[in-house]
Amino acid sequence: MSSNHPHITPLKTYFAVFATLIVGTWLTYWVAYKDFGWLNTPVAMAIAIVKAGVVVLYFMHVKWQSKLTMMFAAGGFIWLFTLFAFTLQDYWTRDWMPIYK
Amino acid sequence: MSSTVATPAAEPRTNYLNVDYGWKSWVFSTDHKRIAIMYLITIAFMILVGGSFAILVRLELATPAGDLLQSETYNKIFTMHGVVMVFFFLIPGVPAVLGNFLVPIMIGAKDLAFPKINLLSYYVFLVGILLTLTAAAMGGIDTGWTFYTPYSSTYSNGQVALAAVAVFITGFSSILTGLNFVVTIHKMRAPGMTWFRMPLFIWAHYATSLIILLSTPVVAITIVLVALERLFHVGVFDPTYGGDPVLFQHMFWFYSHPAVYIMILPAMGVISELISAFSKKRVFGYPVVAFSSLAIAVIGFFVWGHHMFVTGQSTYAGVVFSVITMLVAVPSAIKVFNWVSTMYKGDVWMTTPMCFAIAFIGLFTVGGLTGIFLGTMGLDIHMHDTYFVVAHFHYVMVGGMVTAFWGGLHFWWPKMFGRMYPENMGRVSAAIIFIGFNMTFFPQFILGYMGMPRRYHFYPEEWQVLNLLSTAGATLLGIGYLLPMVYLPWSLKFGKVASKNPWGAKGLEWETDSPPTTFNFDKVPVVTEEAYAYPEGARHQPEAKVV
Repeated sequence: MSSNHPHITPLKTYFAVFATLIVGTWLTYWVAYKDFGWLNTPVAMAIAIVKAGVVVLYFMHVKWQSKLTMMFAAGGFIWLFTLFAFTLQDYWTRDWMPIYK
Repeated sequence: MSSTVATPAAEPRTNYLNVDYGWKSWVFSTDHKRIAIMYLITIAFMILVGGSFAILVRLELATPAGDLLQSETYNKIFTMHGVVMVFFFLIPGVPAVLGNFLVPIMIGAKDLAFPKINLLSYYVFLVGILLTLTAAAMGGIDTGWTFYTPYSSTYSNGQVALAAVAVFITGFSSILTGLNFVVTIHKMRAPGMTWFRMPLFIWAHYATSLIILLSTPVVAITIVLVALERLFHVGVFDPTYGGDPVLFQHMFWFYSHPAVYIMILPAMGVISELISAFSKKRVFGYPVVAFSSLAIAVIGFFVWGHHMFVTGQSTYAGVVFSVITMLVAVPSAIKVFNWVSTMYKGDVWMTTPMCFAIAFIGLFTVGGLTGIFLGTMGLDIHMHDTYFVVAHFHYVMVGGMVTAFWGGLHFWWPKMFGRMYPENMGRVSAAIIFIGFNMTFFPQFILGYMGMPRRYHFYPEEWQVLNLLSTAGATLLGIGYLLPMVYLPWSLKFGKVASKNPWGAKGLEWETDSPPTTFNFDKVPVVTEEAYAYPEGARHQPEAKVV
């Protein structure tokens, strides 16, 4: 879709996004009281990613934009991933060094 | 009178400068050229402010005793020098002044894609400056420009929160400019201006804009977290509340190392233009130089941990960061080799901009190669936080970016204002800057290698000779920088009137008037040839050299 002709999204899509976000929020609240062990954080993150994805794709219209716009939108997330990954490679390998006494 | 020096017309053509003289026509202007001029004036003021702090630092270090400034005052002075120079000169210098003026003209556009956002970016920048100067006036900050925790978040008595807000706001100015450049370069190129016909100045600004967009939000968030922790004790960096001070450095350098490339990449773009124009040759290996800008932008994101070898960062992470640091040297070296190859067998014309360009190549190479010392983990343990580091980044930032800024400003001065600057004065200032710069910073490599730590206002007596040499060099450097600040404004009234293309250079900016009209071109230009399409064996015209 050309940027000169903005995509007109039907109202029902916005309501669907709203409903998804409400359900997602309720799910976040619900899982916060459950103990999934080591899966606690991944589960919470998965719900958050779905919610963010719905907002970016539908509410922010990225789904109907050119590939270039999609690439720029994805770029932000890829760079966020590199920030996390390269920071965690420090935190996760700190214990690997032998401690000499 | 040569053909390149035009006779002033009785009725000068309407251009962006004389179209309206009212003050409102400037402060509310959305013309990218006028905004560039406003940035130029503001940044010139900030150079004087930051330079004044530098003079105080060097005066203090002229003697071994801490006799001119108290240690706490000294901390504030070098912090303000860093904050002002990094955020208000080095980062916006080339993009906001030369980029704003030239990006639309070089691609054949009327203006940037979002002219109002461009004006907004200037005023956001101005607010950032006012807040920073307010923080300075209210007692200053003493954390160093890096705002390292836990000092900044817990212990410092300075105006850290206010300065943090100032840096946060200034970051938005960068983001707005970067956004404008990306959209403009994608969407507003003239017919025929394909990606591989774009001048390398544009490629450099495109790569820089990507870095700005991807990294600046991270430093903004980091600085906000410091302010939140300081004001409301939110636990992010303070171990008492469950935070980690090293996390700050990860987040800070995720922006601030790429920020080095925000400073140097546009400068490299300027150098490509200068070397080509004054060697009368197409840039050697044009596509490789273009892609090297993108490579620097991307690889530069994965090296930040080399600032943290001695912080308690995992050794394994250090190895990864060290190896990638070596990789980023490759595209930088490609540029240097290609500039030299461009000059080879070219008709090299030693104008002031070319003097600055050649100085850049030498100084940047020294700065870059000493970066390899510091990127090597073992050697960095010895050199970390010494004057070796100070000398290294000044060679890159001042020897690199500032030298290129002067070169670019002289090169495009006739285009910006329609007047020639005094050529011999320009050459003299370039020579003084080159000598003064090396005299200032080369002794600091030796001092650092001998172990002199940075950020102290006293030192053992045996280091005085080298420190004094550095202070003397700084005086010379200051004179070198002040000279253009006098003769460039002088030339606005007394300089020879410049023709469209006083250098006989290729590029769309040389096909429009000097100074350009408000919308840059009378009709949309059509590009039919590659960038720098100088004929084989082209020579500078003898009459062109009269300027």
